Amino acid sequence: MALVSLALAVLRRDLLAAARRGSEWSNPLVFFVMVCALFPLGIGPEPQRLAELAPGILWVVALLASLLASDTVFRSDYDDATLEQMLLSHQALYPQVIAKTLAHWLLSGLPLSLLSPLLGVLLHLPAAGMLALMASLALGSAVLSFIGAIGAALTVGLRKGGLLLSLIILPLYIPVLIFGSSAVKTAVDGGPFLPQLAMLGVFFLIALALAPLAIAGALRISVDQ
Amino acid sequence: MAQTGLEVRQLYSERDDRVLFAELCFTLSAGDVLQIAGPNGSGKTSLLRILAGLSSRYQGDILWHNHSLEQQRADYLQQLLYIGHGAGIKAALSPLENLRWSCALRGLPADDNPIRSALAKVGLRGFEEQACYSLSAGQQRRVNLARLFCIPAQLWILDEPFTAIDQRGVAEIEQWISDFANTGGAILLTTHHRLMINRPLRIIELGER
Repeated sequence: MALVSLALAVLRRDLLAAARRGSEWSNPLVFFVMVCALFPLGIGPEPQRLAELAPGILWVVALLASLLASDTVFRSDYDDATLEQMLLSHQALYPQVIAKTLAHWLLSGLPLSLLSPLLGVLLHLPAAGMLALMASLALGSAVLSFIGAIGAALTVGLRKGGLLLSLIILPLYIPVLIFGSSAVKTAVDGGPFLPQLAMLGVFFLIALALAPLAIAGALRISVDQ
Repeated sequence: MAQTGLEVRQLYSERDDRVLFAELCFTLSAGDVLQIAGPNGSGKTSLLRILAGLSSRYQGDILWHNHSLEQQRADYLQQLLYIGHGAGIKAALSPLENLRWSCALRGLPADDNPIRSALAKVGLRGFEEQACYSLSAGQQRRVNLARLFCIPAQLWILDEPFTAIDQRGVAEIEQWISDFANTGGAILLTTHHRLMINRPLRIIELGER
């Protein structure tokens, strides 16, 4: 019970702070929309070709947007030293870290997946793929948020951790990308996409159980200097 | 006789191949006020971070109630209130929202009354709902210091608590330190300022060699 109220307090504070700042959560979203809007201009407006590429484009751009957003998970907390308060709480870091990652997903992954049908229409994605696109993005971006938070925790103490962060987390993003875009493709072809979603669900549960441990450990190392 | 709270034995730390301090020994009991002094770069902040459990770059023993810090970590953290020289607050949030979060981290019940009275005590009555970025540097510092009054603790570790605080505020903080020591708290602080408190004050000089 105490852990739940702790997590809720952290969640409320993060959402409130993000709502007041704005740019932090809107930047990846704007990136997602802009890049997806550029593809029809770049490869031509033929609906058939776009429809064929759409699942891959949407997923790759969503993944890059998530990568862009991941650096911000702990950055401001590190800069204003509120991260020290988190580490000095006698209560477990586990619920705090889950709450922070959840807040990050609510501000990056969830809007991304809610916005994706709109961009799907722009890229002529067949209607049969829309549900799979939203579901796979919602589930997959939660996994991406956890993986990104590990990288962010490892590099938050470095002044220029941007490139290192990408190198650490991109390889871990790849399985999510494979199963996510495959779910959309299968749905477009009229096949069952539940197996791929189930795999994403497995990734999510593994990330939910193990990533907070890695994140908490990485944060302690980053602050220890 | 008051029981020994914190005991440091043969503490050694170095940074970039430079020895910050070696063979450092002291004890801190209930009611003690200990000032760490020394020039810039002499390792004051490093020492406080080590004692707060944020840094592991040391050799030697740190004991809390006669047990090593590793064994007593949860108990120690529950009794410790560390105020570093960072901001310690989110600029986008109001003082009230910042302190609600700080109190939740310490497992305190969600209740605004102690927070409001703590903010009133540090002179921020009327600023509770204002975003912190619109407050002055000294007021932001006071928001951080308000944690002293809404979070119960036995040991305060304060890193330069007088930064950006006006003269009257300095006297107030000195009074808070005396009051806390009188009620059985232990205080460890760094400052370049000459402390005027009506309690016996011990000073450890770092960087003297």
